[in-house]
Amino acid sequence: MSAPTAARLGFLACHVCELVSRPPTGAAECACPRCGAQLHSRKPNAVARTWALLIAAAILYLPANIEPVMITSSFLGTQSDTILSGVAYLYHSGSWPLAALVFLASVLVPLLKLFALSYLALSVQRRSQLRLLPRTRLYRLLEFIGRWSMLDVFVVMVLVALVNMGALANIRAGAGAMYFGGVVVLTMLASMSFDPRMIWDATGDADG
Amino acid sequence: MTHSGLLACHECDLLQREVALPPGGKAICPRCKATLYTQSNNSIDRALALMLAAAVLFAIGNAFPVVTMEIQGRRTAALVWEGAWRLHEEGETVVGILVFLTALIFPLLQIAGMLAILVPLRLGLTPRYLVPAYRTIEEVKPWSMVEVFMLGVLVSLVKLAHMATVVPGIGMWAFFGLIIALAWASSTLNPHEVWARLEVGEPEPAQ
Ligand SMILES: [Zn+2]
Ligand SMILES: [Zn+2]
Repeated sequence: MSAPTAARLGFLACHVCELVSRPPTGAAECACPRCGAQLHSRKPNAVARTWALLIAAAILYLPANIEPVMITSSFLGTQSDTILSGVAYLYHSGSWPLAALVFLASVLVPLLKLFALSYLALSVQRRSQLRLLPRTRLYRLLEFIGRWSMLDVFVVMVLVALVNMGALANIRAGAGAMYFGGVVVLTMLASMSFDPRMIWDATGDADG
Repeated sequence: MTHSGLLACHECDLLQREVALPPGGKAICPRCKATLYTQSNNSIDRALALMLAAAVLFAIGNAFPVVTMEIQGRRTAALVWEGAWRLHEEGETVVGILVFLTALIFPLLQIAGMLAILVPLRLGLTPRYLVPAYRTIEEVKPWSMVEVFMLGVLVSLVKLAHMATVVPGIGMWAFFGLIIALAWASSTLNPHEVWARLEVGEPEPAQ
């Protein structure tokens, strides 16, 4: 049995104000009668856009983890830190809860977003009818946690702003910070371009 | 042609009828379990009060240092825009712009925009700019990252604690208050109520 969705019954739901309307017959595209936003039954080219942004993010992911995000220089010498060595440093300085938090936000979340969004895009392309609810929940989780990966970028910014004392102690941002910021922005855009309604569209295949 | 009372789930597109909820109630999609809408009384009044508080806290948070650090008698304190500017000066302009936008400009847009919408609505006015303004704010929202920024400040404090004396400033307490005010406002405001009121020329009866 296929469920009564807006798309199957010829309605369009606005993605901005959620108003449900019926487009004039014969019109290929139209604007929302309430808020004026362009109406689409599904986000345009959702899967292709998601893939393009994911691939770009995956390419930046390598330099983001290899290049230093932060360079500390003091009278003791100069030290470069990557994302992972920053986590290791926090761990060894005795604050393991904080190390776990930064590891989660900077290492696990970006990886989870890359793999989970690829899985979602692939399953939609194959019109999989399995695990509909778990996949929707996975998408909801990705939307919620994505922004927290910006954590390390803000840490770098605060340290750079504060530790600014010439020969005594000085912290600069490394190239890794830029790549890492790029990964966060691209994965956020990727999950925004994906349309979770396509997960459920596959259910109507048999009798649609 | 519009169909008021009809609602399509934004996550699975299931078409359903909007029902009146008790205050504090929550409508959940029967198919994908997404939260469809919530109902709270006087949501516009309460959101307006919270947004006014947010505006004050935002101003304080950006006028007073978030943290002050002292190494061997030398002090530094930093504001958000100073941090962004220093990143730019050191050649990390892209990162500087990113933090400038997500920690300062987008939160500012979100607060100023919400006030520009809620104040006229409270007064019963619906000037023409309201609809595009509300649309813009909804699009800016995911990029406004005050709470992530504050977590970053906390992590930085711990990282610095071994090499310097770090003292949280007034700015930090203001930012904590700001996070609470913003989260509360967005959980209390019912977008459906706002959109219903914005519907120019087609006023919907309050339920
Ligand atoms: Zn609309
Ligand atoms: Zn649903």
